Amino acid sequence: MAQIFHPSMRVVSRASILASLIVIGFIGWVGWDWYRSGYFTGVNVPVEQPVPFSHEHHVNGLGISCGYCHTSVEKAAFAGIPPTHTCMTCHSQIWTGAPMLEPVRASYRTQKPLEWVRVHDLPDFAYFNHSIHVNKGMACQVCHGDVNIMPLTWKSSTLQMAWCLDCHRAPEKYIRPVEEIYNFDYKPPADQIAFGKELVKKYNVQVKQLTDCSICHR
Amino acid sequence: MRSAIRHIGALSVAALLLTSCNDMYDGARIKPLERSNFFADGSSSRPLPEGTVARGHAVNNDLLSTGKLDGTLADAFPFAITDSVIARGQDRYTTFCTPCHGRLGDGNGMIVQRGFPRPNSFHTDSLRARPAGYFFDVMTNGFGRMYSYAASVPVHDRWAIVAYIRALQLSQRATVTMLPDNDKKQLP
Repeated sequence: MAQIFHPSMRVVSRASILASLIVIGFIGWVGWDWYRSGYFTGVNVPVEQPVPFSHEHHVNGLGISCGYCHTSVEKAAFAGIPPTHTCMTCHSQIWTGAPMLEPVRASYRTQKPLEWVRVHDLPDFAYFNHSIHVNKGMACQVCHGDVNIMPLTWKSSTLQMAWCLDCHRAPEKYIRPVEEIYNFDYKPPADQIAFGKELVKKYNVQVKQLTDCSICHR
Repeated sequence: MRSAIRHIGALSVAALLLTSCNDMYDGARIKPLERSNFFADGSSSRPLPEGTVARGHAVNNDLLSTGKLDGTLADAFPFAITDSVIARGQDRYTTFCTPCHGRLGDGNGMIVQRGFPRPNSFHTDSLRARPAGYFFDVMTNGFGRMYSYAASVPVHDRWAIVAYIRALQLSQRATVTMLPDNDKKQLP
């Protein structure tokens, strides 16, 4: 019986095995990069809002602290989105005719809340509490990035589990004195790891517990 | 026929994948301030029904929650003022008051520099003569163009701010003889 494949097919078959490996690898690489990209995670992608609110203007330009609007950050799981009343505290007097702010004025007139779009939307199966983080020296900036220079608001962290664990495994990399949590100009000391370990001890952060499943998935 | 079955199969697998992806990410749980179609106003958070008070938020007609004693603004504090209360007051004052009143309390904050009507300086005779309860009352109910801060600043923090305003008033009129010895040494 004659051979089904001509001997020259050996090259073709080897080449195709190699090529399929390359293709599978390439697809995997594209998939991985896509999973890490802003298309999937939303990182560095400004979110469209009913009013183009600029943190840069309010924080850097005017020196308003995070806590002026996000009032529950030190006490509750949710940092708080300000009611229209807070916006109108200044904007009843300033930029009163600006068309950009009409949705804010309309909200105040009609008592219908502005519908801001959530920028950081954790999956429902992950538990998160702002207060424990800020009270243990995790600054806003560590997770939210340089909000003080964001003319529109975007995520600067993926909020993926690997990202959470990076810090939960070694909080000394990012921890800072509690007095500095709102300070965007803070510069970590050269010996951050040693300094961080001291703070971890001082604030009684139980690092071993931080990687327990039930810490975040309760 | 076979291709139709295949199509339906592929579609249902795709549908299953799509729905199963989102189910756990967005479960039957309401995040704070999340939209909900359950109530007619589209909001998941409920406004307080009129006449009700949230547990622990009772506003009794006393000094702590009104700044008044027997109906008149009182020049007294409802709890002891310690260093830590003043430090808390400074922290809260810096966050909530400096935008207009400025760090010194002279009414030249950044928002004023950007066009907000200038509030009175805390260092005028008339404001120094005001009772402590007056400042509490202004923070709670607003005054002139200043809106109420009752929603942003809890009662105890408002009193801490009053204490810090008193410290500011003192600081702008202090004489060298009033300084503790340690501070005197630091003078040039």
